[in-house]
Amino acid sequence: MTKNRIQLLDNVFLTYVPAVKFKTDFLSAQFITPLRRETAGRNALLSAVLERGCVRYPDMQQLSAALDLLYGASVEHTVRKRGENQLWGFVATCVDDAYLPDGGAVLEPLGDILGELICHPVLEEGLLKGDYVSSERTNLLDAIRSVVNDKRALASRRLLEEMCRGEAYGLSHIGEEGDVAAITPEQLTEHYRSAIASARLELCYCGRAELERVVGVCRRIIRDLPRAGGEPLAMPSPHPGRQEPHVVRDQMDVTQGKLGVGFSVDTDDRDAAFVMNTMFGGTSNSKLFLNVRERLSLCYYASSAYHRSKNLITVSSGIEFENYQKALDEILAQLEAMRRGDWEAWELEGARSCIVNGHQSLADSASRMEDFYMGQVATGRDDTPEGLMEAALAVTPERIMAAARATSLDTIYFLTGKEGRQDA
Amino acid sequence: MREHAYPRLGETVWEETLPNGLAIRVVSKPHYAKACAFFVTRYGGMDLRFQRGGRWLDTPAGIAHYLEHKMFDTKDGNALQELAKNGAEPNAFTSNAITAYYFYSTEHFYDNLKILLQFVSIPYFTRESVEKEQGIIGQEIRMVEDTPDWQVYQQLMECLYEKSPARVSVAGTVESIRAITAETLYDCHNAFYTPSNMVLVVVGAVDPAQVSAIARSVLPESGGPEIPRDYGEEESPAPAKGEAVQEMEVAMPQFLAGYKCPTPPEGAEQLRLAMLGDMACDILFGDSSPLYRRLYEEGLINGSFGGNFDILPGAAYLYVGGDANDPHAVHRAITAEAQRLGREGIDETFYQQIRRAAYGQMIRSLNSFENIAIAQAEGVFHHYDYYAFPEVFASITKGDIEAFLRENITEARTALSLILPKA
Repeated sequence: MTKNRIQLLDNVFLTYVPAVKFKTDFLSAQFITPLRRETAGRNALLSAVLERGCVRYPDMQQLSAALDLLYGASVEHTVRKRGENQLWGFVATCVDDAYLPDGGAVLEPLGDILGELICHPVLEEGLLKGDYVSSERTNLLDAIRSVVNDKRALASRRLLEEMCRGEAYGLSHIGEEGDVAAITPEQLTEHYRSAIASARLELCYCGRAELERVVGVCRRIIRDLPRAGGEPLAMPSPHPGRQEPHVVRDQMDVTQGKLGVGFSVDTDDRDAAFVMNTMFGGTSNSKLFLNVRERLSLCYYASSAYHRSKNLITVSSGIEFENYQKALDEILAQLEAMRRGDWEAWELEGARSCIVNGHQSLADSASRMEDFYMGQVATGRDDTPEGLMEAALAVTPERIMAAARATSLDTIYFLTGKEGRQDA
Repeated sequence: MREHAYPRLGETVWEETLPNGLAIRVVSKPHYAKACAFFVTRYGGMDLRFQRGGRWLDTPAGIAHYLEHKMFDTKDGNALQELAKNGAEPNAFTSNAITAYYFYSTEHFYDNLKILLQFVSIPYFTRESVEKEQGIIGQEIRMVEDTPDWQVYQQLMECLYEKSPARVSVAGTVESIRAITAETLYDCHNAFYTPSNMVLVVVGAVDPAQVSAIARSVLPESGGPEIPRDYGEEESPAPAKGEAVQEMEVAMPQFLAGYKCPTPPEGAEQLRLAMLGDMACDILFGDSSPLYRRLYEEGLINGSFGGNFDILPGAAYLYVGGDANDPHAVHRAITAEAQRLGREGIDETFYQQIRRAAYGQMIRSLNSFENIAIAQAEGVFHHYDYYAFPEVFASITKGDIEAFLRENITEARTALSLILPKA
């Protein structure tokens, strides 16, 4: 896999990843801006409003008809958080020319649609169309409120919010209800004009097409982009740990409790922290899975994630309410075991194999590669999957133990049932 | 193994049926680092009543899924760990109709394949280990019970079907799984985990001959008898219940409307029906349909709106739903639009547009190893060649879809499932 990175304009870049194995071409256009409470909702709303139509295809039906005719090409708006930046914009895919029943090329027309959506939205008296703004605002508010529907995601979100209060990383990537409700078409239009002029724009292509052809497609996407100056990205700073754990409990009418545990990691050896976390709770072979689930039968899932850019670890598990202390004790006991180096040889071998598998198979998915490279840009890194894999494989048991000792309890979040509720 | 090339799709499949009845499909995927193997049995959540040695057996709801969990136990420990040690990502799932065990790996593929075939074909559990699993599966059931998406679906199936086991949750309930014992699990394994009731699908850059040799060396030499299954008496076209409502901790109402369709055929006709049903969905309520635009612009639906056509053992239905503040209005509009299309016909230009998109969608799905593996396995179980889809697709006409909508998307065949926010 050889990746190319090309600057196309002031603060506009293309990442080109050639791959012949896919049936489809993958093209994304992402604005990357520092994640801030005031603008998170605006960026999320703006992506949705832009997807509603452009001058050439002014409504959803005309836009989707155009995409249908390109053999079911798709354009979707996306909003992500990577490090302390917000990535928002579009992801587009189409069937590669090689598999079209009647020849022809769909990448160029698809690129043109992307360019239209970004540069020529539907305006009414100089403002983004009021109907689109108000209906997408309603949809976004519904999405923000709907975070309660998925209790597992809700618990993860609440844990990060409590743990990283005051840090951009603790913010929602789609904004807060009150902020979004107040957005007017005037504000959103002004926000749009400033974003297309100065926000970082990253284009990313993955597929069979030659570099030259892709550069041509991308130049057309941005040909009407009014550039003026460039807004810098936010570089993430590590999460500062707490002396005393912060303990939070929410109550809802649920049948299963959700336990989230946050740890801060006070070491610069991030490769070691990554391997430590893989052994601790990163796989179905990890200490958390084998002990909290398999040995004690406390839960269906118990896993941990290492947030590399922030140097923190989050654990999540779904348990019976009364097993709160038992599960928490076991999670901490397993971290203690990591600190002591209390593991068998196969546990480290297994973690290494999973790391190899994870990094090698990254190149088998266009969307994962895009996410990887955009994540690199957003966190100010220039790593490759191969490089990260090699660095992880070089980590010694001593470094793993040191990383575990540098990992300390920071925040405990528990989503529990309402009082008085009896469970069978 | 026999090589079968599909130049239009850019795909090659190696096929073989072993003397023990096991069907093997190796789908060649050059340039990929990962490879996967799916070992699939035609035994799912709906296979609750079946014949063994001339007697009908009734088994507890959730048993196929329970068995799936317990299959990972081996004499030496746990197959999940064995596979994970080799860097494989193993997993399994149980649907209404099948149970699939699979792994993905970039290294040690053939070792992993051997482990997969061994642990799925050799049961090893004890009374204690079966009892222990009650806690884990109990938590899995609790987790889905808190999921509105699952509740709205489960409630719909209970509305649509009166006798079919389609109305029973694949995982069962915390109560039903208490009746599961090591003995019943062994019985079910003996009945359904025979080579002749299973398919092995491998996708990746692997050697077909080696896959075949490993399957021959690990699996038993003989297949097993055909197992007669009972999916309940013939259902009437009408739903068992027109509507059901439940309150949960959700932000806004969620709904799922279902339309009961006739019993699906076998063979290539089933593949044709599946594609026809999907296209009917795109035409009736897909993102580019007039109905979608109208309802979206009126604020009656949002991006969560969507649905599909689904074929189960002895049953088929179309479902559509999402978040909506006035679900009844949306439900009425869907039925009315289907009837209008059935009556007045589908616009020819729109039909051609959807046809193109639907074809592109099928090509796209060939990026997913999991889609490929499951489609190949379903093809073996229901006697069709999935990769013949371009030809089967070409035989579908506008008139077929109009008739499908007219006959199936009617008031008499529909039920509505609602999840409302707690007052």
